[in-house]
Amino acid sequence: MEYFSHLLLNSGIFIILSVSLNLINGICGQFSLGHAGFWAVGAYTGAAYGVYLAPDFLPDFVNLFISCGIGFLTAALAGVLIGVPCLRLRGDYLAIATLGFGEIIRIIIMNMDTVGGPRGFTNIPLWSNLFWVYAWVAITILVIANILRGTHGRAIISIREDEIAADSMGIYTFKYKTMAFVLGAGFAGLAGSLFAHANQFLHPNGFTFMWSVIILLMIILGGLGSITGSIVGAVILTFLPEMLRFMGETISEWRMVIYAVLLILLMLMKPTGIFGKHEFNVLSFLAKFTGKKKEII
Amino acid sequence: MNQDLVYFFSDLVQYLINGLAQGSIYALIALGYTMVYGIIKLINFAHGEFYMIGAFVGYYCLMSGMPLLLAFPVAMIGAGLVAIVVEKIVYKPIRHAGRIPALITALGTSLFFQYLGQGLIGADPKAFPEAIKSVTYTFGEVMITSTQIIIMAMTFILMLLLYWLVNHTRTGKAMRATSFNKNAAELMGINTDKIISITFFIGSSLAGAAGVLVGMYYNTVEPMMGLIPGLKAFIAAVLGGIGIIPGAVIGGLVLGVAENLVVGFWVSTYRDAIAFGILILILLIKPAGILGKNRREKV
Repeated sequence: MEYFSHLLLNSGIFIILSVSLNLINGICGQFSLGHAGFWAVGAYTGAAYGVYLAPDFLPDFVNLFISCGIGFLTAALAGVLIGVPCLRLRGDYLAIATLGFGEIIRIIIMNMDTVGGPRGFTNIPLWSNLFWVYAWVAITILVIANILRGTHGRAIISIREDEIAADSMGIYTFKYKTMAFVLGAGFAGLAGSLFAHANQFLHPNGFTFMWSVIILLMIILGGLGSITGSIVGAVILTFLPEMLRFMGETISEWRMVIYAVLLILLMLMKPTGIFGKHEFNVLSFLAKFTGKKKEII
Repeated sequence: MNQDLVYFFSDLVQYLINGLAQGSIYALIALGYTMVYGIIKLINFAHGEFYMIGAFVGYYCLMSGMPLLLAFPVAMIGAGLVAIVVEKIVYKPIRHAGRIPALITALGTSLFFQYLGQGLIGADPKAFPEAIKSVTYTFGEVMITSTQIIIMAMTFILMLLLYWLVNHTRTGKAMRATSFNKNAAELMGINTDKIISITFFIGSSLAGAAGVLVGMYYNTVEPMMGLIPGLKAFIAAVLGGIGIIPGAVIGGLVLGVAENLVVGFWVSTYRDAIAFGILILILLIKPAGILGKNRREKV
């Protein structure tokens, strides 16, 4: 049972990560490969608060709240520092530049002795629990889904569809790109803080480029641009390795090979993923059965 | 005081030599990146894995007692053949889907070979057999090993060969035509699919050669060895101007020397961060690279 709740906790954290990456990659169309870097920033700053600064008299959930806030803000700050210079680049160049920054963040953490450096960061208080992780999941989804429905969201989507056209329609594309990037980075930091207080141990090698790719695989599997898709993708890819473990040691060892083949096959057969750009909406799903052709968004 | 100056200069020369040896390897890998990018506009993330495959083919050939002079071309051909198969199965169907799907596919291919290697061979580093007895020559305070000389010489020879191939043969002409304008080349009767395969073969065999040279230099090979050199070679290609063949050589050498100078004189723990720092600087200052020309985007 504890094993199952641990899995659920992890999948909650990965839902936040994939939804936030989807805001950058799928919805804004800016291809970032450095998400693990922001995750690491949030995780380490959140954990550092928990280890060095947190006052004991506050209840755990208040401390967790502050820690998540710190994780969000520092990761968002890192997002500003990285996004403002990098977002002038496009397409594959942006991908490589963000990859580079993600690795630089990891190397810097590796060289910081106050947070353990190569030995790893230990003794982080256990504050995360299922309730608070899923509360944050709900908040993340609500915030991002609501931004998408407003003016800002339409502007962000228009950048994905055609950046030059959006620019000539008077949309300040740089501002909206930065906004999406910083928000995405911030939520990744929040997920990092939750992760730190759930696992109680952090190591720089837990935030390698490979994790950026796994989060990317989640959103591609679910469908770039679909929030429901990212949720489904995150849940599938946190539970799949565990299923593989039940099928025997050999299959579990080949997990990353299976992921790689999955990634290639998805790109070749169904590049839109499970949901494409569509959202799953309970009301419109029900409307299909009752035969009412009402447009509900 | 005078003695300090002598030490400083001998250190400087030493780092330059190490940097040039390292940079030659980056340059060899970067050539493949830049050729593939020039011809199909794909950042071939899996290129570092062809380098790893070349190193392992060389390793097994040498372990079976094959002489180095034979193992070297076998490793190059092996890496090249794997690249052709990958190109036919994976990259060809995705070529028209746009750049980001192609990039993701390349990422997937790269992961596939890394973890396939780990599964088949094991993650632990293997000791590369000593094919040529390493001799160290000393000039005052400066040391140079025979392996370093071989690396630089081989790189130079392979680059001359490539230069001749691209500029003075029919295949080279077809390659240049395809990279200049693929559709027009096709209309002129050039079999572009074949040319793309040849480009993959040549680029990857250069990476395979680099793999064997690195095996001789550091005496170890492992399945994950392609990741960081692959990324750095990409940085070298961008630094020189991606798509431009001489640019890859310049970029590789500059990156190798810069890395060794910074590591030698300043901090050693940030070795891998330097290359990424250079990448970000070049992308911000002159995204087209040292030899590239800026092109305005048209609608």
